[in-house]
Amino acid sequence: MNILEVRDLCKSFGGLRAVDNVSFSVKQNHIKAIIGPNGAGKTTLFNLISGSLKTDSGSILYKKETIQNSPPYKIARKGLSRTFQNIKLFGNMTVLENVMVGRHIRSRAGFLNAIMPLPRARHEEKVTKEKAEAIISMLGIGNLSHLEASGLPFGKQRIVEFARSLAMEPEILLLDEPAAGLNIQETEDIAKTISKIRDQGITILIIEHDMSLIMDISDTVMVLSYGVKIAEGDPKTIQRDKEVIKVYLGDDDA
Amino acid sequence: MTVKKFKPILILTAAMIVIQLIVSLIGTEFYLTQLTMALYYSLIIISLCIFIGYAGQISLGHAAFFAIGGYTTAVLTTTNFKEYIGSGLIKLIHGIGLTSTTIDPYGKEILHLSPWLALFTAIVITIIIALIIGIPVLKLKGHYMAMATLGFGLIIYRILLGSKIFGQADGISNVPAFTMPFGLKICGDSSLRLENYYIAGFIVLLGIIILYNLIHSRAGRALRAIHGSEEAAGASGINTAKYKLFIFVLSAVFACISGVFLTHFFGGIGPAEAGVMKSVRYVALVAVGGMANIWGTLGMSLILNFLSLRGVFGSYDDAFFGSILILFILVFPDGILKVENFTRMKEFFKDLFKKKSEKVNKA
Repeated sequence: MNILEVRDLCKSFGGLRAVDNVSFSVKQNHIKAIIGPNGAGKTTLFNLISGSLKTDSGSILYKKETIQNSPPYKIARKGLSRTFQNIKLFGNMTVLENVMVGRHIRSRAGFLNAIMPLPRARHEEKVTKEKAEAIISMLGIGNLSHLEASGLPFGKQRIVEFARSLAMEPEILLLDEPAAGLNIQETEDIAKTISKIRDQGITILIIEHDMSLIMDISDTVMVLSYGVKIAEGDPKTIQRDKEVIKVYLGDDDA
Repeated sequence: MTVKKFKPILILTAAMIVIQLIVSLIGTEFYLTQLTMALYYSLIIISLCIFIGYAGQISLGHAAFFAIGGYTTAVLTTTNFKEYIGSGLIKLIHGIGLTSTTIDPYGKEILHLSPWLALFTAIVITIIIALIIGIPVLKLKGHYMAMATLGFGLIIYRILLGSKIFGQADGISNVPAFTMPFGLKICGDSSLRLENYYIAGFIVLLGIIILYNLIHSRAGRALRAIHGSEEAAGASGINTAKYKLFIFVLSAVFACISGVFLTHFFGGIGPAEAGVMKSVRYVALVAVGGMANIWGTLGMSLILNFLSLRGVFGSYDDAFFGSILILFILVFPDGILKVENFTRMKEFFKDLFKKKSEKVNKA
């Protein structure tokens, strides 16, 4: 079953066609990778899917339901979660609090309970905290949970962002360059974490530059160049695709 | 857990009693009048602390909400409704006992709305205006939001200054006492100083409990997340527009309540209360308190407002608050009433004594 389907999606900024007639679909519980040179429109594509940007034309279907141009928080509530290329944590909050924000859509206490917490709301807070703590220790950062997020090293911040996304109990997770700026060891850790997340039944759509990471974990790979989809297939086929090699390594004739 | 939660509240109550005893003992009980006013002012400042420090928004127009509260109650409790007693609405209000009668200084009997109904009306008007202003303005960010709220404050100031019903430049005086259960009264009578000090303290205590709960709730976490990254907050499923509007309206209501009670305590209100310098002063006090530090804000707001009301800064009052805003943003962006600063101070003195004793030893 396709959990996500994108059809003829277009987005321009002024005269630049950042995403040009892109169509693809993501199968449930698969890991699909999107690769392409800088400026290929990968992050724009993510922003369109997660609702941060409005589409020009085309449609995005999440479980057969159109979601394009809905506000981000509504898309998040449907079960789609994302991370950001340039990590966006809540720097003024601790790791635990960051992950607890991820539980927002799984808890209900409203404004009245904010002013005068009733027993049910207090119980909910306790559950929220426990669930957040469980996710933090599952990802191996339990010792950091009371530190301020902004003070952590880059690699740890990525894991906190992962934890926050997982706390939402999403059905599909959009990862925007999870290995950017990480060393080899950290990249391997991230790869393991991603596989672990998939094993829990979560579908993953991932943007990545690190080819070794992509080739190891993804089921299918899609290649974008200047906003256009130029190839799609399993990792081995993509590695041998002439068009892809040309885009990445340059044209011999040039 | 529970003891820890109530500790700040117990400390606050104890501090209030200690301050009262000190001023009574040294025979300066008239200080209580300024302390009461400082307490009412701090209500608006602690709520602004949540809006600015925790939710990361900015408002240079909160004095307008204070004035809306103050003027609404002033108009409704000084207008004589005797002539309108025949009209349906007034008859109904009079019939269910929501009017009061007071004798004004000229010996004339005035039938006016009960302060409780005036308070309620003021809150409703404030909520409506905050919604009308908040929905478009909260879409803006940073400087643009500051400018828009500044504009709102100027509009309210000019309306108050230009309208006959609001007494123009004179404002409204002879506002009667706010009668409360158990025969308590909010008014500036010097014989009721002590009582009013504790009423104000109680109201501030209620306010701080509400805001304290808010900070430690799911909604408070959402507000802090919006401060951290609005985009990530949205991607985490938080309806950012709704939460920002909630805290804007809540802080406007706090400002309104502060305006209502202070107007009854002071017995009147003038257009200066809606002035831009007042709004700047409130923001300055949040900055001095340490932005996201509700206790620091409360402490600094009480101290500085008290000194200002005692006239310590003389004609340089506004200049002083402008200067501390600049100074604190540059030098102490986290405020000074912070636990870390106290520990640092303690260590500094420890070192100092150590050096002294070493010197003595050497000698």
